[in-house]
Order: sequence, then structure tokens, then C-alpha cells
Amino acid sequence: MSTVAADVVVVGAGPAGIAAAVRATEAKRRVVVLDEAPNVGGQIWRHRSVGTLGADARTWIDRLSRTNAEVRRGVAVVDVIVGGEAGDITVVAERHLGGVDVIRTPALIIATGARERFVPFPGWTLPGVTGIGGAQALLKQGATFRGKRVVIAGTGPLILPVAASLTDAGARVVVVAEQAPFQAVRDFALSLLTHPETLLQAAIYRLAFLRTPYAMGTWVTSASGTDQLAGVAVANARTAWSLPCDLLCTGYGLVPNVDMARFVGCTTADGAVAVDERQATSVPGIFAAGEVTGIGGVGLAVAEGEIAGAATAGAARIDPSLARRRQALRVVARRMERAFALRQELRSLARDDTVICRCEDVGRAAIASFADSRQAKLYARAGMGACQGRVCGPALELLFGWQPGTVRSPLEPARLSTLSTAALAGAASSAADPSAGS
Amino acid sequence: MSARRADAIIVGAGIVGAACAVALARDGLRVLVIDAGGAALGTTAAGMGHVVVMDDSPEQLALTRYSQSLWRAQDDAVRAASELDWCGTVWVAEDEAQLEALPAKQQLYRDHGLETEVLDETTLIEAEPHLRRGLPGGLLVPSDAVIYQPAATIALLALARTMGAEVLQRMPVEEIVPCGVRCGADTLRADVIVNAAGAAAASLTPQLPVIPRKGHLVITERYPGFCRHQVAELGYLASAHVMTSESVAFNVQPRSTGQVMVGSSRELVGWDASMNRRVLGRMIARACEFMPALADLVAVRTWTGFRPATPDKLPLIGRWPDVPGLWIAAGHEGLGITTSLGTATLLADLVASREPAIDAAPFAPDRAVTAGVH
Ligand SMILES: Cc1cc2nc3c(=O)[nH]c(=O)nc-3n(C[C@H](O)[C@H](O)[C@H](O)COP(=O)(O)OP(=O)(O)OC[C@H]3O[C@@H](n4cnc5c(N)ncnc54)[C@H](O)[C@@H]3O)c2cc1C
Ligand SMILES: Cc1cc2nc3c(=O)[nH]c(=O)nc-3n(C[C@H](O)[C@H](O)[C@H](O)COP(=O)(O)OP(=O)(O)OC[C@H]3O[C@@H](n4cnc5c(N)ncnc54)[C@H](O)[C@@H]3O)c2cc1C
Repeated sequence: MSTVAADVVVVGAGPAGIAAAVRATEAKRRVVVLDEAPNVGGQIWRHRSVGTLGADARTWIDRLSRTNAEVRRGVAVVDVIVGGEAGDITVVAERHLGGVDVIRTPALIIATGARERFVPFPGWTLPGVTGIGGAQALLKQGATFRGKRVVIAGTGPLILPVAASLTDAGARVVVVAEQAPFQAVRDFALSLLTHPETLLQAAIYRLAFLRTPYAMGTWVTSASGTDQLAGVAVANARTAWSLPCDLLCTGYGLVPNVDMARFVGCTTADGAVAVDERQATSVPGIFAAGEVTGIGGVGLAVAEGEIAGAATAGAARIDPSLARRRQALRVVARRMERAFALRQELRSLARDDTVICRCEDVGRAAIASFADSRQAKLYARAGMGACQGRVCGPALELLFGWQPGTVRSPLEPARLSTLSTAALAGAASSAADPSAGS
Repeated sequence: MSARRADAIIVGAGIVGAACAVALARDGLRVLVIDAGGAALGTTAAGMGHVVVMDDSPEQLALTRYSQSLWRAQDDAVRAASELDWCGTVWVAEDEAQLEALPAKQQLYRDHGLETEVLDETTLIEAEPHLRRGLPGGLLVPSDAVIYQPAATIALLALARTMGAEVLQRMPVEEIVPCGVRCGADTLRADVIVNAAGAAAASLTPQLPVIPRKGHLVITERYPGFCRHQVAELGYLASAHVMTSESVAFNVQPRSTGQVMVGSSRELVGWDASMNRRVLGRMIARACEFMPALADLVAVRTWTGFRPATPDKLPLIGRWPDVPGLWIAAGHEGLGITTSLGTATLLADLVASREPAIDAAPFAPDRAVTAGVH
């Protein structure tokens, strides 16, 4: 076990965390960045080889490597202890290869990003059905898609790059089913044109339109096959039809990874961490940046990261151009959220026997009569398994309106020895644990 | 709410209240169960589910033994829902003194009709290969079980409903009055009122010597076959017996899912439910002393719960003389999952003025008060 001190600890080395670390180190702070993934870059940048990264990404990753920020990869933060006095924060992390890191810091930046939202429908657990993260991983592993018939279903801008990449890899994209209605998508795309910051995104958008059969107001109602996906049923407001296919890739948007923030007591609103203009949360010394504060894309994540990094370095005022950029991108993000709001029909696709909790194999009928997620968990094990509701929590909220349960330690699955060494070595701060006596 | 009058109102839908509901309904009483929260979401949700015979005192042995036989004879639907797994317990001796005490313990169990097996260094490892080498031996008690108690509680309540019982949830009882309970502006009346409010029993009947005794637990990912029995150190009994402010003991449990549950700790810190990382750390370290391989198992969740503790480690079961109509079924400390069924049958016998199967006197709720007077 190693115990060190830092001026700033950043959890998450995605766009937001990288920008935050760069800004804070440039202001002469000793920064430690922790990410559980083996590579820096977060959900979007780490999956690409350096050659295929955009200029922006390369610039930020270069800037990070030129700073003396200490970047620890393959390290999952499993516990955060907030002491009684402001600025007394202890971060406990487990190295995947073994070992525990304990870092004391007066300032913590939570840049834990977002995860995919899964909408349960009949057949969604069949082999051959994947999320966009799964599809990206397959692409990166170099899986062959040549001649494969692919259906892409979901909502929002994220399903388009996947469609493009799969096409490039030789797949035949049969249809991209966007659940949002034509009107909403068109209005959103047009609105992007008035925002110079997002012109590039708009261009990607139009490109995607040209290359793929993009069906708006359309959604997948079920997937079928015995041991492997064979086809999907698709619907729009007027009609329903079936399509044979080999791969179904779904992307129903993202949900902020707020577990760590909720665990330390940060106020959340609408499922995202609430922050002030300096990206400070409701807990003194704790900041949040990027998609953990709301889904808004890479540009917004970077802007928020820069502001948070500067704020932890004691910047008296916020760089006005950054603040403007953040504001403009938040406006776009709000429009996007409205345009791609999930339609009512998606809440009733799951049938009685449709699995809702994959870890524990719990079907809809087993939980539909309960009052909240705690009952679903204790009476029927939904959310009790390895992922601790990270996957089914948003589904339960979508289907039944249930709020997620209490977040408990460990924040990520952790070896028992990690929990005991960290505690015994006095990681428990005196204020959090008055009986510790040290 | 139903307008008909209940014969018995049970305050608390934990496993004890649920078991009492079945026993009283079976005697033909119209039962109403009231819980401030949801059924089985109090201490019952936080426990380990070890259905175990324990011999801290002759009374405890009698009640746990009796209760275990009732679990064996339980209604099929309840047994199935409870996921009863008769995996047995391995009690591990840490030193020669504990080893030497085993034959006497074996005889005691035999006197109560339970066959056990004394294990030596070799057979202990055969029974539980992940135990550290060099432990002197232990006692295998094949008749113990592990259950999933939230589901057991729900099944007991469902059984009670088939016999006419009603369950009201999210309804706090503010006061117990003679032959009645007050919930807000309403007073519900019945000849029999049962305080089965677990660790909170004394908030309704202030003279009850029940206090919350906190415990931590951890559950891992799935490792089917990692351990085959509930495995606990013999020192667990001492840890449970002595009311020190803080103690930990090695106690692990195989779940039907293949997960491993690791306990246990005891603290007297009031109602502070927060995780005490130092105690959790000590508890895990203690477990790893006995089973070093535990160290590398991956934990997915930790939590705490409050055992309803009494000064003499025995539950309070029977009439409460100060309040007309009031009966108590509370204070089961770390054994309430096991002893819920024995408690309920005993209580129903006392309410019906039948001769109970085991002596009820040691469990009289006013025993401490009475003893204080003498
Ligand atoms: C599956 C998926 C695919 C996406 N594809 C695209 C795309 O093609 N195009 C696009 O424009 N946008 C895409 N996005 C969105 C894009 O990733 C985000 O806009 C952007 O990455 C947000 O940056 P961030 O820094 O806020 O979070 P992230 O990039 O998500 O970074 C968060 C980081 O925190 C780390 N982390 C979280 N918790 C812990 C912990 N407890 N301990 C240690 N580390 C932790 C994670 O490993 C992760 O690296 C995708 C998002 C997802 C989830
Ligand atoms: C860590 C731990 C491990 C354990 N392991 C085991 C084990 O392996 N084996 C075993 O046999 N036992 C075990 N136990 C003990 C067991 O869990 C308890 O003894 C048992 O659950 C007590 O049940 P109960 O019904 O009395 O209490 P509870 O389950 O707490 O039920 C009481 C109910 O009363 C309700 N209530 C309280 N006040 C009011 C009010 N004013 N109005 C209305 N309702 C009210 C509450 O909401 C609650 O639902 C363990 C306990 C802990 C904490």
C-alpha cells in the first residue's frame, strides 16, 4: 500500500479529467489522475489508436503528457472519505494488478463520465445484441463485420459514429432506427448551425445522414433468435415490420456516473451532479466536471474540466471565454436532451418474462408489483448482483419511475484485502470515524 | 384500511412479526400487521440468514433447537421461498483449549438430539479446504442451515394472508395504548397487541431493555464452492456474549448464488448506521486470518444493521404486565432469523394459554424488571 499527498486528485482520465489535470498542473498544483481503464482518454478517446484521434484529442493528450501530473492507469477508486474539516479528503484506489493507493488531498475533481442507458425489450440479452460501447470494443478488437447485416437502434448523436464505423468495417447497416420523431431531429440539427462551436458535429451529422438509411420515429420492439440474434421487430407510429439481421447495436443515450458523488454527499438534480459556476459541488473541496454533471458531449466536458482545474488551483475568476463556451454548449445539450427524449412506447416494451436485471436474471413480472428499487432488490434480487444496479438502475427508473438506492462502499468491486488494508492503515480519517483515535 | 376489527395487531413486519402473524392467524385470530416502513426492510434485511443452534446458555440452546425443528417442518411454500440450504456449520477451534472443549459441546448437542462430528486438523481442511493450515480442529454441525430471510419473511406474510391476516405498510405506530395502537389520529383496537418492532421495540415500550447492536457485513462476487458450510470461529460465541463496545469474529457464509458473505462485527454506537471502516477492516482481517484466500475475493457491497440486543442475550417473549393486552416478541439480537419461528409458536401458546413446548419463563419480558426488584 502506498500513501501519498496531492494538491488535487482527479478521478477519471476522460476529456474532462484530462483538461482539469492540465489546467491544475499548469497552475503549479501537484495533481494525481486516476482511471480504472488501462488507457487515458475516457469513453471516447481511449478506444481509438493515436493515428485516428482527432486533432483536439491529440492536443489534450499531448498537453497532459507534457505536464508533470501523475497519471495512474488501471486504478479504480473504491472509497472516498470526506473528513470533518474542509479539505480533508482521502481517496482509496485499487490497482488492477494488485496493491492499494491511498491519496490525501484538499481538492477532488470527480470526472467519472457517463454510462450507457439500456432499455429492456424482449430479446435484448440475446448474443448478437450489444450496446454502442460493446460495438466499439468489437471494432477495436478487429472483429470482422464483412457482410454482416447490422441494425442500429436508439437515439441521439452517439448512434451515428457507430453506424459509420461499422460501415467502414464492412458491415451492411440495414437501418439506423432513431426513436425521436423526424421533426425533433430536424429542428435539433438545424439549431446546431447557429452554434459555431458545434459546426463540426453538425457536419458529422450530415455525413452520417448521407451514408446510412436513417429512419426517424422508429424503434426496435423486440429481438428474436434461439441462441443467437436472427432478426428484429421494428415499429413506427403507423406500422410494424420485421428484419433479419446478425447484429443489433442499441444506444439509448447516457446516464451520468453519479455514484461517487452521491456517496460523498454531493447534491444531485435530475440524475446529474449539481455544480456552481466554478464546477464546485455542494461538498467543500469537491468539484465535478464532464458528463457526470449532465450529458453534453466532449466539448462541454473539456470546457468544464478546464474550469474545474483552474478553480482547484485557486483561480479567482473564471476565464470568460471558457465560461461562454460552456454556456453555449450547455444550451445545445439541453436542446439535445429535449429532442432525443425517450418516447413513452419504450417503457412498455418489456414483457413479463423480459429480463430486467441481467446479473441476477430477474424478469419484469418478478418486480412489477413492488413499490421501489429497495423492495425489488431485497425481495427479488434485482440490482443485487455484480454490477450493483449500474445497468438495471436506469432501466428501473425508466420502467417504474423508481429512484436508485443508496450507494455503498466499495464504489467499484474491490478485493476484500483492499477494504481491510486501507482501513487498517488509517485511511479512515479521524472525523469520519471518531473512534479511530488517530 | 379494513373496517373490521382485528383480534391481534402486530407492530413490525420483520421476520419475527411475520412469524407471529402466521402463528396467531393459525389459531383463528384475525391478525393485522403494521409496519412503519416495508415488510422485511429493517434488521431482517441486514442479517446473515444462518439458521443455527447455539449454546451460549441452556435457554438459548432450547429456543434455537426448537426453532430449527420448526424451520424443518415449515410449510413447503415458505421453505421453497426461503431457499433453505441445509449446508451445516463448521465451528473452527483456534487453539488447544477450544479443541478440548469440543467433546463436551458434542455431548450437549447430542443431549438435544443433534449428531455432530469433531474434526481434527486433517478432517477440518477436508471439510473446508480454504481454511488456514495448522488450525487444530473444529466441530461440524450438519443440521444447521442458511436461508434468504427477506424472501422467507415475505412468504410468511403471504401464508398469514391466506389465513385472513392483513398487512399495512408505511404506517408508523406512534404509541401503544391499552388494547390498541395509535397511528396519527386513528387508534386501532384489538385484544392482543404484539410489539415486534425489533431493535426499535423500546421506542414503543420504553421499559424494554432492547438496544441496537450494530453489525457490518460484506458480500462478494460469485465463487461457487469456495466454502461449503457456514464457517465460524468458536470464539464467535464469546464475541456475541460479552457486551463490549466493539468486537469482531470470523464468520463466513456460502450463498445459494455462489457469493460469499463475510461477517461479523458488534458495536454499541446507538443508531449510527454509517460504515465504520476501521471495524470493517478489522472484521475482514480477522476472517482472512482463518481463510487467507478470502483476501483476493472481490467484494461488491458492504452494509450495516442493528441487532435488537438484550442484556442477558435472550429475547423477550410473552405478556407485558404494565399495559393491558400487550405482548412482546422482540430482542432477538443476532439470532432472530433462526428464533423467529420458535418465538411465534411460544407466543401463540401463551396467548392461547396452552402449555408451550419449551419453558417460557426465561423469556418473560419483565424478567429484568422483576429481578431488579428482588
Ligand atoms: C459507450 C460510450 C460511447 C461513446 N461514444 C461516443 C462517440 O462515438 N462520439 C462522441 O462524441 N461521444 C461518445 N461518447 C460520449 C463521450 O464519451 C463523452 O461525451 C465524453 O467522453 C465525456 O467525457 P468525460 O470526461 O466526462 O467522461 P468519460 O470519457 O466517460 O471519462 C470518465 C472516466 O472516468 C473513469 N472512472 C469512472 N469511475 C471511476 C472510478 N471509480 N475509478 C477510476 N476511474 C473511474 C472511467 O474509466 C472513464 O475513463 C460515448 C460515451 C459512451 C459511454
Ligand atoms: C449483521 C447481522 C447479522 C445477523 N445474522 C444473523 C444470522 O445469521 N442468523 C440469525 O438468526 N439472525 C441473524 N441476525 C439477527 C436478525 O437479523 C435479527 O434478530 C432479526 O432480523 C430481528 O427481526 P425483527 O423482526 O425483530 O426486527 P426487524 O426486522 O427490524 O423488524 C422490525 C420491524 O418493525 C418496524 N417498526 C419499528 N418501529 C415501528 C413503529 N413504531 N411502527 C411500526 N413499525 C415499526 C420496522 O420498520 C421493522 O420492519 C443478524 C443481524 C445482523 C445485524
